Amino acid sequence: MTRAITSISQPKLRLEVLTPEEVQKIHAATLRIIETVGVRFPSVRALEVWAAHGAEVDRDRQVVRARPELIEAALKTCPPAYPLAARDPSQDLALDGNHVYLGTDGCGVEVIDLHSGKRRSTVLQDVGEIARLADATPEVAFHWVPVSAQDQPPETRGLHEIQAIWENSTKHVQTESIYNAREAQAAIEMAALIAGGREALRKRPVLSLMQCTASPLGHDGGSLDAALLAAEAGLPTGFMTMAANLTTGPATMAGNLAVGNAEVVAGTALLQLASPGAPVFYAAAQTASDLRTGAYTGGGPEDFLYGAATNALADFYAIPLSMGSFATGAKEPNWQAGIENSLSTFMASVVMSDMLLGCGFLHGSRIWSYAEMMLDCEIFAIVHKMMQGILVNDETLALEAIAAVGPGGNFLTHKHTRQHMRDVFLPQFMDRRPYNEWEARGDDARDWALEKARATLARHQPDPLDPRLSAELARITASLEA
Amino acid sequence: MSAELFQKMAQSIIEGDADLAADLARQSIEAGLDPLEAINQGFVVGVNTVGESFSCGDAFLPELVMAGEAMKAAVAVLEPEMKRLGAERQVFGRVVLATVQGDIHEIGKSLVGTMLSASGFEVHDLGVDVPTARIIEKVKEVDANLVGLSALLTTTMVRQKEVIDELDKLGLRARVKVMVGGAPVTRDWVQKIEADGYSEDAIGAVAVARQLVGAA
Repeated sequence: MTRAITSISQPKLRLEVLTPEEVQKIHAATLRIIETVGVRFPSVRALEVWAAHGAEVDRDRQVVRARPELIEAALKTCPPAYPLAARDPSQDLALDGNHVYLGTDGCGVEVIDLHSGKRRSTVLQDVGEIARLADATPEVAFHWVPVSAQDQPPETRGLHEIQAIWENSTKHVQTESIYNAREAQAAIEMAALIAGGREALRKRPVLSLMQCTASPLGHDGGSLDAALLAAEAGLPTGFMTMAANLTTGPATMAGNLAVGNAEVVAGTALLQLASPGAPVFYAAAQTASDLRTGAYTGGGPEDFLYGAATNALADFYAIPLSMGSFATGAKEPNWQAGIENSLSTFMASVVMSDMLLGCGFLHGSRIWSYAEMMLDCEIFAIVHKMMQGILVNDETLALEAIAAVGPGGNFLTHKHTRQHMRDVFLPQFMDRRPYNEWEARGDDARDWALEKARATLARHQPDPLDPRLSAELARITASLEA
Repeated sequence: MSAELFQKMAQSIIEGDADLAADLARQSIEAGLDPLEAINQGFVVGVNTVGESFSCGDAFLPELVMAGEAMKAAVAVLEPEMKRLGAERQVFGRVVLATVQGDIHEIGKSLVGTMLSASGFEVHDLGVDVPTARIIEKVKEVDANLVGLSALLTTTMVRQKEVIDELDKLGLRARVKVMVGGAPVTRDWVQKIEADGYSEDAIGAVAVARQLVGAA
């Protein structure tokens, strides 16, 4: 059983989407927004933390204004590197600025059924099946809760979901679907059972939490309470902004970056004030709303630029970034999906965003497609190959082989070719067949991707959870349902 | 004189200038113009113009929303005068809008509110995190014939069903139509909770609302 996770590291490509001066300007604008406009923190606990540290707290409006010195001092305690631990320690991920890891995307509500091909609402079993496929797929380094277990009670749904992933995979779990204190507390207990105690969990956090901000310039109360608990327990915790040009953010990209940055920076500062040194990450999936409908677009040139620009901000604050890439707005795996997912992933990867979210969705993260998941993994594999760049040395210049083959010969039979032919990328899903064969068969990448998902799921059995551990996790969830 | 004022009114809506629209509404009252005429021959002409250029792709959503907000500002000035005169603006329906309990996401719902009110509906927007009881109370209070419920989270979406069940229990379902919205809302969900309609965006929501109240 293969265990190695494919990650991008030691990149040879570089891109400067924002100059240091531009980053500085966005940072200054961010501090000014937090100081003069303020950010909404609708949580009693969060407001108390801010007040205790001398921020100006308007309790009626639940808006906090904080001086730049307070924010900058708070951010100084963020650890620049830490691991995302896995149930199988050989699958631990290093968030150290030198790796790009791919996760599954999250919280969809429908799935294209693997067998019937029909679209339907998602249930708990889908969470497990997708996790099992991700477990077997080397490009997937960690999980988000991919789809919503809509057959489970709303008050414990998030707990059923993370257990289903742990049952089906040994890789790291990051949940974006737990956003209240009660469920967060239970999730921490569950993670501690898996890690072997609260202290062990702190060293090897097998669970991390991602919370969405409420753009513009707000947070959700339950999310804040959950994040504060997670940070206190030493679980990596991040706030994701999805500020969108025209609707939840200004029409201009710099302004939209500043709004989102103010949300994330203020949220991150809160976690550091409450639990100094807690592992935190920056998360973002900014976009432009559609000019005609205002709808979430899930792709476009603005998204691609945000993918690269946000890492410049996260690097400036020296915290890892979880960047929204993939998540095409296309309704099926098609031209649009290919363009959006390739460009967003390339732009987020070339700047070394630590985590990419994520593979598998259509229609702007609403509809899970097993075929799209496999195709997205191929996009990641292509970017992975590109990021290695071109190695130039005596061996790769191949002068000896060139001399031996000489004018007019060919390299197929040369020893040098035999030694290096496996450096050449071999796609799984690109159609390089003769035209006639394509015409006769009438199939394409989507069919092959789906077949691959089916074949993998028919075969792959993950390392199971100890049944006693399973029972204990279930007991914690059940205790919240009583 | 009034023709010129009507034209200015239409223009203020086209430009999405709420302050100017309100100002022109005040001028029309001072000049003793019939407020209904000011609406129908002045402001509504602007709304229709923007609507038409939006339909053929020349105008974008922000222009539509700004026109809607300007219209709202003008009507707010004219309303007391209409009441005083015993005149009533004809509305397609009375809508209660809310983002359901536990959910604070409101941009989509607010957009729907603006578009509905610009399209001739009387809109009562209760805001976010609104308990079912409060929604029901408002429906009864204003004698609404349409309810719009928004939710972004899969865990709060269930409240949409709660409101529908409650309306059912009170025997109000026959005359109160329910439309739902929010990113996780799908046709399956709409059928499951027996809502009357849904739309993925605010423009579509107006068409659904018109259809539900028989004004299509």
